[in-house]
Amino acid sequence: MKCWLVLPMLLLASALHAAVETYQFSSPALETRYHHLTSELRCPKCQNQSLASSGAPIAADLRRKLHRMLEEGRSDHQIIDFMVSRYGNFVLYDPRFNRQTAVLWLAPAGFLLVGAVVVLLIYRRQKNAALVAVDDAPLSDDEQRRLRQLLDEGDKDSVND
Amino acid sequence: MQRFKLFLPLVVFAVVALLFYVMIIRIDRGEYNPHQLPSALVNRPFPKFKLGRLAATDRMVSRKDLLGRIALVNVWATWCPTCREEHGFLVHLARDEGVLIYGVSYKDQLSDARQWLKQHGNPYRLTIYDPKGSLGLNMGVTGAPETFLIDQRGFVRMRYQGPLDETVWREKFQAKIKQIKREQSGDSGSATG
Repeated sequence: MKCWLVLPMLLLASALHAAVETYQFSSPALETRYHHLTSELRCPKCQNQSLASSGAPIAADLRRKLHRMLEEGRSDHQIIDFMVSRYGNFVLYDPRFNRQTAVLWLAPAGFLLVGAVVVLLIYRRQKNAALVAVDDAPLSDDEQRRLRQLLDEGDKDSVND
Repeated sequence: MQRFKLFLPLVVFAVVALLFYVMIIRIDRGEYNPHQLPSALVNRPFPKFKLGRLAATDRMVSRKDLLGRIALVNVWATWCPTCREEHGFLVHLARDEGVLIYGVSYKDQLSDARQWLKQHGNPYRLTIYDPKGSLGLNMGVTGAPETFLIDQRGFVRMRYQGPLDETVWREKFQAKIKQIKREQSGDSGSATG
């Protein structure tokens, strides 16, 4: 027995202790769906753990129920309905769109819209400012002459003072 | 105006910080508990079931047996320390205030549960024995104790997770019961009128 293996294995064991029970599945497809659903459903007792990773007794009960429902041939949709009707939308990591979750789903689009409006406003203001600046820049020949004249007069005045 | 805009990020930060702070205070005061989920069962019929009584497991109880009056359905277990904490208050409610309470013995040993009631007093009109937690699952129970308030038609009107005490009873349950009674009298008023 290689002693140096013991410590890392013990450490690993504590990380893996959460979901201990194993289930037999009549087909590999069911097992895949089981793993998918346990990672998609949230443990109702925990703040942020999936059914797969939670060690809470209620999570174990729900995994057992999930296994039985899969073996009974229920669809994913039926199983998710079953969970939601008992534990509410909280159990879904990927919540469905409805009145309660509308804000959650639409908020990112809303923020994007607000951001777009702000960017548009800034862009338009800068463009207007640039237009004004361009308007001011070139002086006509007449204006140039008058400007020089004014400057010259100013020079004379200051000399006289 | 332009100068005010410079402070906008600070203002946003202050508002968000204030919101977080208010939430922390509410959690401290027990007004808000992030572990308490809204029950999916509220304003829906109490689930159907057919289970034995704790006192005599061959005598079956079903949803029908819970109808007719406003009642509490209390989910408890001997393995749950918080249930011990609230038990005295439940006994007080049943004995001194005449509150109708049904018990659900949740995932427990028959002998342990019977012994518990003998030892600490029995506040329950009848106790449903649910050793596998099948009724608990249909009620959306995540642990014990949990207390459901049902109206006379058997609709769940409120769910409370955690131990009942004087404050919770007064502030949450009595307010809801008053509301249910108002609805009842309103219903009968419109029926006669």
